[in-house]
Amino acid sequence: MEVFADVVAWFTDPAQWDGSNSVPARLVEHLGYAAASTLVAIMIALPIGLWVGHTGRGGALAVNVANVGRAVPSFGVIILVVVLAGIGFLPVLIALVAFAIPPILTNTYTGVRGVDATVRDAAEGMGMRGWQVLRHVEIPVAMPLIMAGVRTSSVQVVATATLAAFPGLGGLGRYIVNGLAVQNYAQVVAGALLVALLALAVEAVLAAIQRLVVSEGLARANADAAAEARMTSTAA
Amino acid sequence: MITFEQVTKRFPDGTTAVTELDLDVPEGEVVVLVGPSGCGKTTTLRMVNRMVEPTSGRLFVDGRDALRIAPHELRRGIGYVIQAGGLFPHRTVTDNITTVPRLLGWERERATRRARELMELVGLDAVVADRYPHQLSGGQQQRVGVARALAVDPPILLMDEPFGAVDPIVRARLQQEMLRLQAEVRKTIVFVTHDIDEAIAMGDRIAILNVGGVLEQFATPAELLAKPANAFVADFLGEERGLKRLSLRKVSEVTADPGPVVGADASAADAGRVAAEHGTDWVVVVDDDRHLVGWATVDELGDAARLGELDLQQPRLFVYAENSLRAALNAMVSSRVGVAVRLGPQGTYEGVVTHEILSAELLR
Repeated sequence: MEVFADVVAWFTDPAQWDGSNSVPARLVEHLGYAAASTLVAIMIALPIGLWVGHTGRGGALAVNVANVGRAVPSFGVIILVVVLAGIGFLPVLIALVAFAIPPILTNTYTGVRGVDATVRDAAEGMGMRGWQVLRHVEIPVAMPLIMAGVRTSSVQVVATATLAAFPGLGGLGRYIVNGLAVQNYAQVVAGALLVALLALAVEAVLAAIQRLVVSEGLARANADAAAEARMTSTAA
Repeated sequence: MITFEQVTKRFPDGTTAVTELDLDVPEGEVVVLVGPSGCGKTTTLRMVNRMVEPTSGRLFVDGRDALRIAPHELRRGIGYVIQAGGLFPHRTVTDNITTVPRLLGWERERATRRARELMELVGLDAVVADRYPHQLSGGQQQRVGVARALAVDPPILLMDEPFGAVDPIVRARLQQEMLRLQAEVRKTIVFVTHDIDEAIAMGDRIAILNVGGVLEQFATPAELLAKPANAFVADFLGEERGLKRLSLRKVSEVTADPGPVVGADASAADAGRVAAEHGTDWVVVVDDDRHLVGWATVDELGDAARLGELDLQQPRLFVYAENSLRAALNAMVSSRVGVAVRLGPQGTYEGVVTHEILSAELLR
């Protein structure tokens, strides 16, 4: 309970709400790292995922390469990139992007590949060209999975961006790294709490965006399928 | 309208799906491609809109060399209906139907108006316009598929097992509606099915294909059933060829036998004489307006003076001009005296259809 009181005291200290080390400033920094990394990851993973899914060529290769990023510990990547490229935002960005790519790439590829063959056949048979099939059919139908990938990556990146503080950058990780250094555990807990809250907020915002960009026809079909699956499992 | 000249399709794995096919689909007719699996019927259909590229041969669509037209342009002029509709799950019924109009750059309002017209044409209730495919029944989905294919009024329609995914009752209804629709729109239709009964019901002409895409026979359903070209065709048509032929013909196409008919005023003796003249042991009794009173065997009449006063037997089934001869046969085998009584629209007696009439019809 002592820690809890200390954490409350930390949050109510006016020093946390003013200046370059304030909670709002650290929050903006943190969000900046996460947003930049996620956007770069989307710019890389989305076109590759769409292309590989649309053509059906090189899918296994792309997914395996992407998953290598998932297997390597992100802290290790940050240290490695810092060692190779020096201190700065770029190494952190590279590590976070490598970490954010796999879910987006895999989901985009799986989503586009998973479009019902008869639906794709109908689109082509009605005279859609390749890019029109992609734009009017494959992307919208794959959108629930694509968005799920973006959400997974975003939340992971928000959590992992904490590591940016180790090579000397800012963000909410600063509180944790500094707190550990001076054994101020209230600050460590406060930092961790802020990261968790930010991750939840990002997830909520992206879920709202998903409702906007996913067709009602798919959302309801998926909801129906989920309800049916629940009923089946209850029955069993 | 669609002409195949020596068209062959070999797939990269070496299988030959279609072998030197010559086929002419006349304008405004329904040509059904039917055959066992592996007979290349779907491949043949898909070559028309170049979803499958022929390996060799020539293909003309609407007088133009189809192999020299950009595939996407060729396809926009050919309606395409596939099993279960192939509807876009993320689009409403209206947006599914207006797919091709929007590809062609129609204004939204014009496209929506067209969608409403088409929904009415294919028998879809206007309330489903804003629904998504997963909210529709199988039959409704199939109707949307047909409406979507007709959106820009293409002269040609390709239908690949369009009713394969619905239950038999819905299928029969969709077939009937498709025939009614076709009578209205007069498209040139290539229709693929594996079901010979569907082929007979839907086709103006039927192409029976054998494994490897070999055309065994191309003829009208009646010709096919009357004169199958070879054992394969006969076998494919099945054992009930005679019944299928009868189902294609209407009662109005044969002349009914007047039958041993007497008036309600006739006596038992009169009835005996008429029956003897016709070589039967029964008579049909009609009143002055030629409405059927009933029928009776001669020996149950006794010595009645006026047949109209007796309690006569009623036929279990009647047939009318628009019924099929198959229905007449059914009435015959359900009748104790082996004939089908034919009635007119006002219920007047028009004679009987006999076994001899049906046999003569099948022997023609």
